[in-house]
Amino acid sequence: MSGFLALLKRDLTLALREGSALGTALGFFLVVVAMLPLGLGPDLKLLSRIAPGVLWIALLLAALLSLPRLFEADHEDGSLEVMATAPLPLELAVAAKALAHWISTGIPLALMAPVLGIMLNLDITLTPALVATMLAGTPAISFLGSVGAALTLKARRGGLLLALLVLPLYIPTLIFGISAIGFANLGQDGFGASLMILGAISLASIAAAPVAAAAALRLQMS
Amino acid sequence: MQTLTQRLANPTRFMELSRALLPWVSAGAALFILYAMYLVFFVAPPDYQQGETVKIMYIHVPSAWLALMSYSLIALSSFGLLVFRHPLADVSAKAAAPLGAAFTLCALITGSLWGKPMWGTYWVWDARLTSVLILFFLYLGLIALRSSLEDEALAGKLTAVLALVGVAILPIIKFSVDWWNTLHQPSTGFTSSVDPSMRTPLLLSAIGFTLLFFALHLKAMQNEILRRRVKSLRLAEVERGERTFAERAGG
Repeated sequence: MSGFLALLKRDLTLALREGSALGTALGFFLVVVAMLPLGLGPDLKLLSRIAPGVLWIALLLAALLSLPRLFEADHEDGSLEVMATAPLPLELAVAAKALAHWISTGIPLALMAPVLGIMLNLDITLTPALVATMLAGTPAISFLGSVGAALTLKARRGGLLLALLVLPLYIPTLIFGISAIGFANLGQDGFGASLMILGAISLASIAAAPVAAAAALRLQMS
Repeated sequence: MQTLTQRLANPTRFMELSRALLPWVSAGAALFILYAMYLVFFVAPPDYQQGETVKIMYIHVPSAWLALMSYSLIALSSFGLLVFRHPLADVSAKAAAPLGAAFTLCALITGSLWGKPMWGTYWVWDARLTSVLILFFLYLGLIALRSSLEDEALAGKLTAVLALVGVAILPIIKFSVDWWNTLHQPSTGFTSSVDPSMRTPLLLSAIGFTLLFFALHLKAMQNEILRRRVKSLRLAEVERGERTFAERAGG
C-alpha cells in the first residue's frame, strides 16, 4: 500500500510542480464555455437552459486533453517499466496514476464549473447539484480514460484516437450526469437515484479499468 | 482427443474446412434471403397502421440483430486470443469488425428511414438509437486502434482488450428498450404478438442475414490468412535476397 501512496504522491507533486497540464485543462474549459455564447448569441434564457449540458461536455473535453500524458512521460523516461517490474501490482500503479489524474484534473474542473455556470446564467440553486454530479462522475472519466491512454500509448496519432476510443465510453456518465441535474431542476426526487447510478458507474470503472489498462500496458512492454 | 476449436488452430485445416463450408453457407444465405424477400414483397400483408413501410422491418431487425451478434463474436474471439492465445481468434476478430460496423450502420440507416414516416423524424435521441450509435462508434474505435499500430500481433491484442472493455455496452443496448420508456418499441422477440404472416418472413430473413454474415466472415478470414501468408513469404524473400547479396559481396 505504501508503494501506491508513494506513486500517488509522486504524480500529484509532478502535476503540482509542472502545473501546465492543469492550467491547460482549466484554460480549455474556460475558453470552450466562453466561445459558446458567442456562437449561440447572448440569449440568457437559452444559455441557462443548456448550461448543464455545455458544462458537462466542456468538462469531458478538458479532461480528455490531459489524458494522453497519463503514461506517456513515464513511458519515455522508462519509469513505466520500473513500475511494471516493481513488487506493487501494475494494476495498483495504474489505479494510483488514474486517481492522481482525478485529483489533479477532475476535482479542479468540477470546482471551476460553478464559476463558469454563473457566466452561462445557470440557476444558482442548481450549483450544488451540478458540482455533486461532476464530483461523482469524474472518477469514471479518469479511470476509463486510463484504459484509452494505455491502449494508445504506442499508437500513431494517439491523441485523436484516444478521443475516438474513450468518448463513447463516457456517454453513460454524461447521460446520467445531465439527467440528475434535470431532476434537480424540476424539483423531482429522481436526483438521488441518478446520482447513485453515476456513483455506481464510477465505482465500476475504478474496479475494472485498472485491470484492462494494466493488461494493455503489459502487452506493449513485453 | 482434440476439440473442434483446437483442431481449427491449424490455419491450413481451417482453410480446407472453410473452403468446403463456404459454398453451402453462401447458397443457404442467398436461398433464405431470396425466399424471405419473395414473401415480404408478394405475400406478407401491409401493416394495418404502418402500411407498406413495415417492410423496412425485414431488413432492419436482422441488421440490428447482427450488429449485436458480431460484437459478441468479436468479444468471444478477443477472449480466445487473450486467454487461450488461439491463432485464429485474432483473424476472426479482425474480420468481424468491419462487418459488424456495416450491419450497425445498416440498422441505423434503415431505422432512420423507417422513423421518418412513423415518428415524423429521421432521428430521435432515445435510448435504443443512442446506444446503437455508441456501438457503431465502438466498432470504429476497434478498426482505428488496429490500423494505428505497425506491429500486427500487438495491435490484435490491444484491440482485444478494448473489445472486452466495450462488452459492458451490450446489455445496455439489449435492454435499453425495456429499462427506459422510449419511442423505440420493445422487442417482441418473435413471440405470438406478431402474426405468422409477418413472423415467418422475418424469421427467414433473420436466418438468411445470419448466414450471409457467416459467409462474409469466413471469406474475410480466408483473405486475412492469405494476406498474412503473402506477407511472411515476402519477408522471407527479402531476407533471402539480403543473404545472397551479402554472400556475393563477401565472395
